[in-house]
Amino acid sequence: MITGSSTALQIPGSLTSDPGILRGRPRHGERVVIGILFLCAALSVVVTIGIVLSLIPPTVEFFQEVDLGEFLTGTEWAPLFTPPKFGVLPIVAGTLVVTVCAIAIALPFGLGTAVFLSEYARPRIRKWLKPMIEVLAGIPTVVYGYFALKFVSPYVQDLWPIGDPPGVFNALSAGLVMGIMILPMVASLSEDALAAVPAGLREGAYALGSSKFEVASRVSVPAALSGIVAAFVLAVSRAVGETMIVLIAAGGTPNLTWNPGEAMQTMTAFIAAAGTGDLSQGSTGYQTIFAVGSLLFVVTFFMNVFSNRVVRRFREVYE
Amino acid sequence: MSLLEADAAAVTPLPRQSTGKRLADRAFWVVLFVSFGVAVVGLVALLWYVFDTGWPAFGGRLWRRFPSLDPEIAGARSAVFGTIWVLGITAALAVPIGIGAAVYLEEFASHDRWYTRWIALNIQNLAGVPSIVYGILGLAFIARGPLGLGPTVLTGGMILALLVLPIVIIASREAIRAVPPSIRDGSLALGATRLQTVRRQLLPAAIPGIATGVILALSRAIGEAAPLIMIGAFTYVPFNPTRLDSKFTVLPIQIFDWIGRPQEGFTQLAAAACILLLIILLFMNALAIWLRNRYQQRW
Repeated sequence: MITGSSTALQIPGSLTSDPGILRGRPRHGERVVIGILFLCAALSVVVTIGIVLSLIPPTVEFFQEVDLGEFLTGTEWAPLFTPPKFGVLPIVAGTLVVTVCAIAIALPFGLGTAVFLSEYARPRIRKWLKPMIEVLAGIPTVVYGYFALKFVSPYVQDLWPIGDPPGVFNALSAGLVMGIMILPMVASLSEDALAAVPAGLREGAYALGSSKFEVASRVSVPAALSGIVAAFVLAVSRAVGETMIVLIAAGGTPNLTWNPGEAMQTMTAFIAAAGTGDLSQGSTGYQTIFAVGSLLFVVTFFMNVFSNRVVRRFREVYE
Repeated sequence: MSLLEADAAAVTPLPRQSTGKRLADRAFWVVLFVSFGVAVVGLVALLWYVFDTGWPAFGGRLWRRFPSLDPEIAGARSAVFGTIWVLGITAALAVPIGIGAAVYLEEFASHDRWYTRWIALNIQNLAGVPSIVYGILGLAFIARGPLGLGPTVLTGGMILALLVLPIVIIASREAIRAVPPSIRDGSLALGATRLQTVRRQLLPAAIPGIATGVILALSRAIGEAAPLIMIGAFTYVPFNPTRLDSKFTVLPIQIFDWIGRPQEGFTQLAAAACILLLIILLFMNALAIWLRNRYQQRW
């Protein structure tokens, strides 16, 4: 309502002095809500601290009873027997053997799938194939465990090339199936890395007369190497931390051997097996769960941090 | 005609690729195709085997009958209801907290502060922590220890909520980030407060992306057995959960239990329960894809 001619706009004095219009009145309710939102975000830090706090005290108590040297170098693992033996090497070896089997499947075939999808498959086909492979990643691990024990294990027994055929429970079938399980993760992450390589690099190589093989092996894959390495490390971390497949298919006996045809126990399988038993709180057996859990957490945590860091630090930044 | 011929003559033909190079190229294609085939064959073999062995035992009794020591009459009713309960609790906890955290990190956190970066990094690392470690956390703090809730549905739901929280946060952040800044700026320019902008503009626009992320997170939770085994979820529960402090079992644990039994009938039942789990997952994934395609906005 502008009626006066001398002043274009009359702002009543009461309004200019009231901070409500020009500066906004303080909204305490909003600050409370924002505070609650902050707490939601901070909860993740609380979870991390909770994990560390749940692991450290029992682990410290454990190492008051058990010598750290014996734990790390001992070759017999029987913490729930009398007399107990606390050499962690057998279950570390079990974890390693299963992980190596899994990676031997997941890395080459996963990378091959990624290169196939990014360099050969037409975009429309890729749009269909990628989600289909990702279905594999969504299947529950108990289902993989069932598949490993009932379907893969008999084949492993039949086709075993040398010596005595392995038993029903063996590290190889668990490892192979775990490889199938983490293959889509390797493929998907590597494909993302390959897709981020700018088309100009490829086109330049093609213009110089390169074949697809040369472009893939000398241009695309080297340019995407940081992402591929990160995918590889994440895959190892997933394999080390996977529980149900090994619990079902690898057998439950700690076994210090490199022969994947034998039954083995991994760190995760030990934790789960000991967790199901009714161990009384405070006993050394109960604390063993946490000692092995600490080892598992530290190993996977550093692999994840390393993987995230590789992606950020060594990413080639293209325009 | 003559023009075309002249043109053709002017172009020097490219030197043909050497035979060795072409052979290497063919071989490379075969290798890649085989790699891709391993993934597909793995998927097909798994689905075929599970359906082939489990189909005869698949049927209404899975969700109508309670577990039993006799494989002929056993079902998984308590596991089905346990799964629904645990999943409901997981969703009730993880969805609001996850979205809240994502809104804070995207809209209110100052990105140059060390603690913001720390929280973001921490969430990323939590996403990679093995699920069994969450089980240890649950065993030490929730089932026993300070909270001491015991092996109840509430404990199970809380652990799975913590487990999938990073997934919900990361997906929600991406969905919020995908809303163009002009929407936010326009709302703020019209005098809306930042919280009003979040509630009336950003969240409605980001809901499809958030819902997709939530469904994927829940489909991760539905298949988890390891952390629940840790807190002592039972393998034989002949009743449905009725309260938050009821004892419970879930489908993956029921499957695990049946796999471990020697009778042929239980092996079949395990496969049948796997089919049930896979069908539920299929529906959840289809819903996620449908949501994404139906409500996805191109800005």
